[in-house]
Amino acid sequence: MPNGSVMQQIPVMPHEQYQRLQLRRNSPCAELWDLLDEVKDPEIPVLSLWDLGVLRDVRREDDTVQVTITPTYSGCPAMDVMREDIEILLRQNGIKKFTVKTVLAPAWTTDWMTEKGRAQLRDYGIAAPNDVQCQSGKETPEANVRCPHCGSSHTDRVSEFASTACKALFQCRDCSEPFDYFKNI
Amino acid sequence: MSTSQSSDHDSKQDLINYVLRLGDDALILGHRLSEWVSRGPFLEEDIALGNVALDYIGRSRMCYNYAAELSGEGKTEDDFAYLRDERQFQNFLINELPRGDFAYTIARQLFVDVFNKHYLSALLQSKDQTLAAIAAKGIKETQYHLRRSREWTLRLGDGTDESHQRMQTAIDELWGYTHEIFEHDDIEQRLIDAGIAVDAAAFQKQWLADVSAILAEATLTVPDAEWAVRGGREGYHTEHLSLLLTEMQFVYRAYPNAKW
Repeated sequence: MPNGSVMQQIPVMPHEQYQRLQLRRNSPCAELWDLLDEVKDPEIPVLSLWDLGVLRDVRREDDTVQVTITPTYSGCPAMDVMREDIEILLRQNGIKKFTVKTVLAPAWTTDWMTEKGRAQLRDYGIAAPNDVQCQSGKETPEANVRCPHCGSSHTDRVSEFASTACKALFQCRDCSEPFDYFKNI
Repeated sequence: MSTSQSSDHDSKQDLINYVLRLGDDALILGHRLSEWVSRGPFLEEDIALGNVALDYIGRSRMCYNYAAELSGEGKTEDDFAYLRDERQFQNFLINELPRGDFAYTIARQLFVDVFNKHYLSALLQSKDQTLAAIAAKGIKETQYHLRRSREWTLRLGDGTDESHQRMQTAIDELWGYTHEIFEHDDIEQRLIDAGIAVDAAAFQKQWLADVSAILAEATLTVPDAEWAVRGGREGYHTEHLSLLLTEMQFVYRAYPNAKW
């Protein structure tokens, strides 16, 4: 019988994220997925569309490549740039026939963000979704988001809206640095 | 055969109309909010207003893109946003009123956010999958919007004499515009019967209860005024919409087919 400590060693991945991973692993066009890893979020240039959870599907039918993406926030101005960057990348790699389709459902959630993406966010100075001492559901907490600079949880929310729609602004009481928190939605 | 074809056509036209209405509500309010950019009371609030504006403008784009797809006449979202005139816009009047002072903007957001909380929850059940998908995105954003407009209402209502007075004035001035948002015409009735559109009258009492509770906590008074203004869904607008459209549409009309 596995005891508690064994169970704790098993990484828990949200079901949705597991499904995404399976879709990619089982895809017959792995090279296209890998290629698209080069496209980053223009606002957070360390994060690929895959790690952000925006890249939903890549298929090749006959000689046409179909890329499916999903918007983060309804009005995110970065979406248009992401689409253009995908088109430029495909063209540069000799793919002439392609479509970039946008789907709305199911609605994007930060649960789709990969562990790698979360680590990259922290390295970039942005607290990742759920970097909170006591998780309070989808609401942005008023305090205690872990500071990406010094790791302290002695932090306070300054504003629920920050430099982009997807982030909230916090300040660390220990190292005094202000930082963005990628909101959990 | 011909009857059924014409009824198909009508129901498609109804749907296009409905989708445009939802798009118009979002675009016009989004534009009003965007007018605060660089004029917010302080930096964080300036940014918050800009973010909320973007959510609304994004939602209007989803609606207009869907309307364009449904109409199948080679139209684009820009045709709906920039090439229609005042009488063709069918947004509720509350969305087009000038931004006023900060209290006025917050009071309007509170009314609209509570409304959207209920409206989008219901639209989530729409038999139209695209509308349900738009609702699913919108509802997540609305939770943020409502939390903010509620907190500001409490802070301003239960704040200084001046902030309290300004909030109460704004609420009294806006109240008469909150009635038409629960009404619908024959077009929407047909879509409600088909399980596509939302019947807002079904949650009017709940809206009033939610708003009243927040106002009471903010030491503000729910108006008992009897006046009501209507006409948005029929294209009858206040003079403010024409001025808004003039500014919003100018560049596109001066440089037709311009691409950003």
